[in-house]
This record gives sequence, C-alpha cells and structure tokens, in this order.
Amino acid sequence: MTVTEEAPTVATEVGAPRRRKEDARLITGRTLWTENVVLPGMLHLAILRSPMAHARIASIDVAPALDLPGVVAAFAGSDVADVQGTLPCAWPVTADIVAPDHLPLAIDEVRYMGEAVAVVAARSRGAALDGLAAIEVDYEPLPIVLDMEAALAEGADLVHADKGTNRSYDWVFDSAEAGAGGAVDAARDEAEVTIKRRYVQQRLIPAFIEPRSVVVDPSGDQYTIWSATQIPHILRFLISAVTATPEHKVRVIAPDVGGGFGGKLQLTAEELIAFVAAKRLGKPVKYTESRSESLVAAHHGRDVIQDIELTAKRDGTVLGLHVKLIANMGAYLGLVGPGVPILGAFMYNAIYKFKAYRFECTGVFTNTTFTDAYRGAGRPEATYAIERSMDELAVELGLDPIELRRRNWIKADEFPFSTVSGLQYDSGDYDAATDKALGLLGYDELRREQERRRASNDPVQLGIGVSTYTEMCGLAPSRLLGALRYGAGGWETASIRMLPTGKVEVVTGTSPHGQGHETAWSQIVADQLGVAFDDVEVLHGDTRSSYKGLDTYGSRSLAVGGIALYNACQKVIEKAKPVAAHMLECDPADVEFAEGRFRVRGNPDGGKTMADCALAVFAAHDLPDGIEPTLDADAIYDPVNFSFPHGTHLCAAEVDTETGRVTIRKYVAVDDVGKVVNPLIVEGQVHGGVVQGIAQALFEHAVYDADGNLVSGTFVDYTLPTAADLPDIVTDRTESPAPGHPLGTKGVGEAGTIASTPAVVNAVVDALRPLGVNDIAMPCTPERVWRAIQDASGGAA
Amino acid sequence: MIPAPFEYTAPSSVDDAVGALREGGEDAKVLAGGQSLIPLLRLRFAGPSVLVDLGRIDELRGVRDDGDALVIGAMTTHSAVLRDPLVRDHAPLISAATATVADRQVRHRGTFGGSLAHADPAGDLPAVAVALDATMEIAGAGGRRTVPAAEFFVDYLESAVGPDEVLVSVRVPKWPGWSAHYEKFNRMAQGWALVGVAALVRRDNGSIAEARLALTNMGPTPVRASAVESALTGVAASDAAAVAAATARAGEGTRPSDDLSASADYRRHLVTVIARRAVLAAAS
Amino acid sequence: MTRISVTVDGVRYDDDVEPRTLLVHHLREQLGKVGTVVGCDTSSCGACTVLMSDADGKQVAVKSCAVLAAQADGREITTIEGLSGPGNTLHPVQKAFHERHALQCGFCTPGMIMASVDLLEENPDPTDAEIREGLEGNLCRCTGYQNIVRAVREAADAIRAAGGVAAPAEPTVEAGELQTPDSGLPAQRVPDEAVPVPAP
Repeated sequence: MTVTEEAPTVATEVGAPRRRKEDARLITGRTLWTENVVLPGMLHLAILRSPMAHARIASIDVAPALDLPGVVAAFAGSDVADVQGTLPCAWPVTADIVAPDHLPLAIDEVRYMGEAVAVVAARSRGAALDGLAAIEVDYEPLPIVLDMEAALAEGADLVHADKGTNRSYDWVFDSAEAGAGGAVDAARDEAEVTIKRRYVQQRLIPAFIEPRSVVVDPSGDQYTIWSATQIPHILRFLISAVTATPEHKVRVIAPDVGGGFGGKLQLTAEELIAFVAAKRLGKPVKYTESRSESLVAAHHGRDVIQDIELTAKRDGTVLGLHVKLIANMGAYLGLVGPGVPILGAFMYNAIYKFKAYRFECTGVFTNTTFTDAYRGAGRPEATYAIERSMDELAVELGLDPIELRRRNWIKADEFPFSTVSGLQYDSGDYDAATDKALGLLGYDELRREQERRRASNDPVQLGIGVSTYTEMCGLAPSRLLGALRYGAGGWETASIRMLPTGKVEVVTGTSPHGQGHETAWSQIVADQLGVAFDDVEVLHGDTRSSYKGLDTYGSRSLAVGGIALYNACQKVIEKAKPVAAHMLECDPADVEFAEGRFRVRGNPDGGKTMADCALAVFAAHDLPDGIEPTLDADAIYDPVNFSFPHGTHLCAAEVDTETGRVTIRKYVAVDDVGKVVNPLIVEGQVHGGVVQGIAQALFEHAVYDADGNLVSGTFVDYTLPTAADLPDIVTDRTESPAPGHPLGTKGVGEAGTIASTPAVVNAVVDALRPLGVNDIAMPCTPERVWRAIQDASGGAA
Repeated sequence: MIPAPFEYTAPSSVDDAVGALREGGEDAKVLAGGQSLIPLLRLRFAGPSVLVDLGRIDELRGVRDDGDALVIGAMTTHSAVLRDPLVRDHAPLISAATATVADRQVRHRGTFGGSLAHADPAGDLPAVAVALDATMEIAGAGGRRTVPAAEFFVDYLESAVGPDEVLVSVRVPKWPGWSAHYEKFNRMAQGWALVGVAALVRRDNGSIAEARLALTNMGPTPVRASAVESALTGVAASDAAAVAAATARAGEGTRPSDDLSASADYRRHLVTVIARRAVLAAAS
Repeated sequence: MTRISVTVDGVRYDDDVEPRTLLVHHLREQLGKVGTVVGCDTSSCGACTVLMSDADGKQVAVKSCAVLAAQADGREITTIEGLSGPGNTLHPVQKAFHERHALQCGFCTPGMIMASVDLLEENPDPTDAEIREGLEGNLCRCTGYQNIVRAVREAADAIRAAGGVAAPAEPTVEAGELQTPDSGLPAQRVPDEAVPVPAP
C-alpha cells in the first residue's frame, strides 16, 4: 500500500453503537456454559482441599470414600504423582527466580488453605461431595507465615523449606542504568520537596460470576477439554506440555465464558486434575467449583506494599520517583504472577515528565492463595501510587491537584514521547480529557460547596478526587516480552473464510468472555469487505476451528487482534481483485474496491461484489490463469509498540464523619481510547472497569486470620458491590487515534479499573483533610474512615 | 455445593410437625423459608437427619386482627408482611424493618417466624419484636405456650423454641399513638446490619413522653436500650442536642461482637449515632 | 426419594427427587433448563433467580439455589427460557437488556432479568434508586450495573406504554442511531426452544 491510498472502503459500521450479536443467546438462556456440557457416562469430580494454611500430610487415605454409593474412584496426589505434572510459571522474571514446584494435588505438604489434596469421581455431584467427607487426612501443622515483611525477615518460617528463603525474586529498573533518564539520587539532591508514602494494595479476588468449570472427554482420538477459561490456546499448549500429551491430541474449547478479569488467565490445578482423572478412568469427567472453593482456590490479585518517594521542586516540577515494592506471590507462582508487578513497573511515572526513576520489586512467598493477574495487573497499583502521591504533593505545595498535574504532564504536541521508564507513548491529549471532565463534574461549583461544608462544620463533608491516568494496552510486542523473560509472544491472528454464498466466517485467536468480539469483529469485517454485519460469523474459543491465537487479556484483543483482522481483510480484497477484474474484463490495476463493490476505475456503474467473487472462486470454472481458487486469508500481527489510552476520572464523594460511610455523589470518566469501533461496548467496559476500581477503593478485601484461614471466603464476606451500593457514572470520550493502528483503536478493557481507585480514595482523603486525615488504607470501609478521623483528631471527635 | 443427604417431610398440621420433630430426634430440624438454613446445608455447616418443612401448614400463614394486637403467622413471608395492610397500619415498625431484610428474592421466601426463631443477632426482626413487646406462641408435645419477646431470645442463634417445638405465631401489640422508625446501618446494601435500632416513641405536646428502643447486633441477643429510654423521657422531640445526649448512652450494657464486619468499639460508637437518627426520625 | 410435580415454563413435570436436591439443580439437570445458572453457595449472587408461585399462587422471584426441589412441589415456575412471548418475541425486559447493552458476559443475566421482571410487577414505574435497591440481590461483575438500571427503566416505560402488559413492544430507533438502523433482535434469531411449549 502506498501512502496515497486511503483505507479502501467507507466506514459505516465502525463507530456505530451496534447492539450485540452475542445477546440473543444470553438473554434467552440458550447459552453454552461449560457447566451445561453433559456427556454419556460422565463422572462428577469433587476436590478435597486443605483446611490448614501449612501442614505436612502425614497420611491420607481415600479408600473409605470408595465404599460410598455412587463413588467410582478417589485419588490422592501420591496416586497420580507420575502423571499429574506441575503447574507452570510462564513468567520467570529473573534468571535466578525461586520457582518451587506447584503440584495440582499436593503430595507431602500443603502451603495454603484451599490447596487441593485429593479428588473423588462419582456418578453424581452429590455422591462425589459425600465422598470427600469420608477421606481421612492426617495433617501435622507447620509454622505459617502470612505477613510479607515478616516473611522476608531473617529467620522467618519458610513456605518452602527446601528453598531456604521466602524471597522469590528481586527485579530492578533504573532509568539511569537503562539510559532512559537520570538517577534518582541526583534528583533527590536537586529536590526541594520530598513526598514519602507507603501504600498497600489489599488482596483482591477477581470474582468472575461464572465459577470455573472444566469437562474432559477422553473418548475418540483426542482429549476434548471444555473449560471456562480466557486462554484456550495457551491452555492447549500448556496441557500438552505439562502432561506430555501430543499437542495435536488435545482440543480445547472455551464455550461461553462468564467473565474472567484475569482470573481465568491460568492453567489451573483443577484442569489438570480433571485431565488426569479422565485419562485414568477413560470416562468423561466434569468439575465445577462452588463459590466458596472459587474464592479460596482461584488465584487472587493485588496484595502489594508500595514505598514511594517522589521528589519535586517548590514550583511543582516533579524530579524523581523511587518505588520499592513487595509483592505477595502467595504460596506458589501463578502462570504470570511474578510478572504482574513488572507490568506496572513501566507505568509509575504515568503521564508525567520525571527526570529519574528507579523501581525495585521483591516477590515473596506466604502461606496464602497464589496471586496473579487481576484486571489491570500491575497498572492499577502503579496508577494508584502515583495519583495518590501527586495529591499529597499538591497539598504539600498548596496547589490545586489539577494544576500540579498540568504543570507536569506531557503536552499534546510532545507525542510520541519517550518516558523515563523507556516506553514510547504514542498519542494523547491530557488537557483535552481533563478539561472535558472538569466541565462534566462541575468542578468549580463542587469546590465552592466543599468550602461551605467545611466552614459550617457539616457532619457530611465533600471531597473531590482526581485521577489522570494512562496505561499500556495491546500486550504485546513479542520481542519485548522475550526481553522481559515472558514465556510466549504477543502476536495475534485472524482468518477470513469467504463462503460461496458471500457469507463470511472470521476465525479469531482472541477469546472473548463478555467483551463482544463477535459484534465488534463483525463491524470491522462488514466495513472492510463490504458485506452485511449479519453476514459475518465470528468463530473463537475452539482450537479445532481456531488453532492458533494468544487469547484475551491485557486489553489486547482489538489493539492487536484488530490489526490482524484488518490485515486479513486487505488480503482477501487483494485476492478478490484479479477475480473481479477477470469478470469485469479489465486489468486488475484498473479495479478499485469501494463500498462493497469492485468497479472499473472511473466507472461508477456495475461492478462485482465480494459475494460475486466468492462464488466465482467456489465454482472455479473461469478464473485467470495461475489464480488459487480461494479468497480466504490469514494474518498474524505482532505489535511494534504498546498503545497508550489515557483519561481523566473525577470523583465527588460525601463522607459521613459520624459513621464513616462514603457515598459517591458524582463520578465522571473521560477516557481517550483512540478510535472506537462500538461506543456501546466501550462505554460498558468503562462502567464495569470503574466499578471494579471503586470496589477496591471502598468494598473488597480478601482477609486472612492469624491461622491463615481466608475469612472472606464466601460472597457474604467478600463483598462485591451491588447496584444499590454504586453511583451512576458519567462517561465521555476524547479521541487521539493510535498512530500505529489502521483503525486507530487502543484498548479499553482495563482503563476504568486503573483510573477509578485513586480517584475515589483521593476524594475520600480530600473530604477529610481539614480533620487532619491524609491517608486511609483500602478498602475505605465506614469503620476505617471513622477510625482515621478518630486517629487524626486524637479520639476527640 | 450440595447438602449432605437428609430425610424430608412436609406435614400439613402443627401437631404432625411436632410429631415429626419428636420422631426425628435431636438431628431433626425445622425448615421454614429456608433462606438461612439452605445455604448452611449447602456449605455443609449443618447436617440434619430430617427436615420438617412447615411450608404446607396453612394455619401458620397470614395476619389477623385480634383487637389490641395483630397475630402474624410464623410462616408468613416477609413480602406478605410487607404487602399486608394490617401490618402497615398497626405495626409500621415491622414494615419498616422487614423492608430492609436481605433482598427481594429472599423476602419472597424468608418468613417472619423463621427470622425470629433463627435468633441471629444481626437479623432485623428480633429487635423489632423486643421493642414491640411481642409474644410468641410455641407448640410442643405438651400443647401450646406463650413466651414474651424479652425472654424469647436466649443466646446467639438460640431461641426459646425447643428442638421438638414449632413457633406458631407472634402476637404484636398495636401501640396506638406511638410512632416508629427502624434505622439500619449496613456496609453493603445486601448485608446484615452492623447495627440497627428499632425505636418507638410516644409524643405528648411536642415532647417525648415515652420511648422504647431495641438494638440489633449489639450482643448475642437483641437488647433494650433502657438507659436511653429513661433519658429521653421529657425531651423535646425537636431538640436534636438533647436527643443526642440521651442516645449517647445507647452502647451502655451492650456486648457487641468483634468480627470481620466491624469491631466492638466501632459498633458501640455507631449505635449512638444510629439510635439518635432512629429517635429523631420516629419523633418527627 | 420424594415425588414432586412442578410446572416449568408451562409444562408439568413429575419426578422423584432426592430430598437434598436444590430446585436449581432439578431445573438444570433433570429438566434441562440450563438457562438458569448457579453462581454462589450463599444465595448472594442471584444468578439462579426464577419466578415461582407463592402460597397464594402469585409468581415471584426466588433464588432457586435456596429452595429445595421438594419445596417446589405443586408450584408453577417460569425460567428465563419461558419468558419470551408467542411468536418468539422477546419480553420487554429481555429486549431492553439487549437495546441498552445491559449484559457483557451474560452469566448473571438470566437472574438479573427475572429479578427485574419481579420488580416491575410490583413497581411499574420505579426510580433509578428503586431499581438499584430492587436488584440488590443480584451481583454483576461486568457492567457496573449502569446499563442494567437503564434497561429496567426502559422496560418499565415499555410495559406501561403497553397498558401494563408485558407484551413485546415494537423496537425503537433512537436519534443519532439512524445511520445504523438496528431494529433490535430479529425474532427469527430467538431459537424455537426458547418459546414455552404448551402442556401436553
């Protein structure tokens, strides 16, 4: 393509608020969840889990379970030791990382409450559960370590005694060493103001609403695995590798999947246990977790301690940023768990022009459920730390928090911008997004109301919180992932199959679980190929039809997969051109494709559609010499850079100082995610993301007691917010197209979650500043807020 | 999760239910609306041998006017209570508290008597029953007996209903001339009360002549805030400061729990705020 | 085993069930009504919500994971699969969920829709706050609830406009969307099985 040629078709579908194709089955109850799969002779699995956080398994006897009606088999870890493999960590972030074996069924020792120790297969789900109660396990308690800093201390009890340490890895980025900026020591010398803060990202649970479920069918020539997973392609590869099963003998199907948020980005113990059980029994098996199992056994997220040192001049110019993290890995390393803080490492400098930056991270083992990706994965933590710190700096300098940010952020005419963490930001306009957000919130009026409430000593105080965020989407350039020691690439695929009747099948390597790819991909293809939206079928999540792909996480599907899809469409057009030219009896060079028709240049009449060409190659009766009779095309795209959406979120919160209750009065989200394919879907992603971030700020916390029991182990105690706990969210957009993307799109899956948490906490703290409060640990529950007020006022309030 | 196996019977009379409970022995358990019990069965925190379902006994359902009191059948669902005009007119405190119980779906199945007999200190209705001085009618092998609300709640999750007894109905005095309010503070919309206050107030010439307050979740059983009640006597209903001074004593003599939802300290503070709001709302 | 008879989506079924069988498992595993799903074990999430007749015969929303199948003996039940009207048309609440993009992964959706139907039955013209409170028994992790609230409001308007009857209404095209006329969900896209089959 030469620079003078524009995209060849007129865009009509892209940008339109298309109602989703997916909805038809979802609103009528005709969905195929993994749990709906029933096969002849299928056995049900139930998994016995450790009630202790750390213990030696002195003995385990599964035999009594076999006496119960309906129980077919029961295995402990030692029964399957030679075949169960070990759960892999695909992101060993350093060469000397301590990465202990992670067995699907524990054998000699359990290291967190909820770890699987035995499995029962039975003819009904009830019988399998009854079998669990009959298994006899003798646990000998071992010392537990829960606190991250205690785990790192000299002489600490060890999660893995054979490793001799609870330290998994130390990972450092230094802008001076990397050649991306100066040294933090020099910045400190130049500084007139230093802000030092410790922030704690509490442990969260992704809490997708569909519990994880897996069915394994060993009959036929392949193992067929249905799983509620975000990563069917990666799963196939990993199952094959871990169990030494030839990859072509494994088929993975992710049918309709009920949410993931990173929580289903995992090869799970349960998947391997089901695989091993099906293989051994020669029968199809199904395992579906209960919610209380899910909360303790599916991986957790966040759980990071952040020590921040931000240096600046009195005029507000930021200089250096020094970040020290301790990240709780839990008892083992998850699939990409060690890399989660590293994903955040590049975002602490956010939208600001720091001179110097240093990031140090230590991964530590504790006797808790292992942690891994949860929506945003590292970036919400980074954004929280910097956005909270910028508010603290603004207070220190007596500046409006917006004004301080303005003085430091990258200006619209400075893109592409090379940051102190070594990334190149593609595009953006932070002034535009912020100005729009301020207008929508009514910032100045709310500041006046805040003054009035402060002056009258109103028991209900008002606070305004700011979060100007950016994030990196479109994971990821494969070469960069390699440099970061990640175990896979970051490309994505798309295939177009032109059916003889002109209908189109699109095969994508992404694996949607709520994101609406069937709709958005159809919109893109409809525009590019000039076919009707309804004539496009998007196939995904079955390695038989979509054998290749890297799945859906990290706001990558449209940012990376969308380019593959666009490129595949262009290939189809190029293939169809000579066919059309032949039918039009002209030279292919004289054919142009626009508005769904191939026409002879300069002749607006007649022409041939893509369907005409598809039929012509199907018949193949009269094609030009040497033409392969197909229009089908594949494309794989490996990104050369991330994309960098950004935005400004503002939160006005009322704080009842008598009870500590926080009520969000108004929330404004102005996001710039580049060009938008479907504004309905984008808005929905923002809504959901913002609410998950609000939930971290105010509601959710995975809490362990001193014995290592997860006490927030049901939905009664792990409190997801309901509709009644949440505000309306005002959304709007600005648009800085992604320069590297033919459609100009960036990515939106995580933006809301990344932005909203600091906006809310900044608002709560802002409301209480006059009372002497300058931080509240998340979640800002009524009690914690009330206590912060008490502590600040010496208990006099 | 699926419950452990149990036997099930659904008798059609109170006598048959009592008989089934006696026959079932100590592992027999009454199933009312099941909204607390069935989740416990699913988590296998409870494992009764026999469930005696009261859902087929017509006598246990409905609200009737009995002169100076209402009689509410134990198996009347929360939503039936909410819809009932007699309750709305004569026991608005019950309507107000019932509207805050759990969520719509649970209110459609959960029952008035079940909530009382379950005796969960975080439940909203026990404190209401205490404030209203309700009387519980209990059927057992030896016939029927009545227990006043003040004696009905024995301990944490323990009521006066014996293992082979059935709560039949609750007699609720009408309290004409009194106004009422139930103030609940929960962390999440769906959640249990951290603290709740059931307030009944009789006004006379703009002053509080008498007040009755009962507290939710300030101990293993609902408790009357007697110190507040006496302190409120004679206070001008519109005098927020005087009401606050009286309700500041709401935590006296309470034994709130320390748990994941809230500390005892916080509950003791919170109850003073919630009591003030309840009284001011009831008295306005 | 206990013998029970339930009428589900217009069809009567007589079965022997284990007393411990939950209604939701009876619906899913015995009757094949897999549109209703299980999301938790503490009746917190509401994903399993169906309509079931109460003692007075009125169908109200219940969490079918907190009801024993035995307790449902003699009752009438409507699931998400029985909500569509004659001619494969969508119930106004289903249609509004589609129009307002009130679902993403869709796992909570059957329960959310059934709870909304129940709410609108009692309160045909709810405020946003009443909608939010009315749906406090249902968890959604994807949408942040905002579009659900919009959808329920829109469904309420549609039902009231139809004279209080929850009859499928004509789709509307809003201003600004005329360039991409999207007439909602074509009726033929709703599978036949979604329509209640008359009792034999």
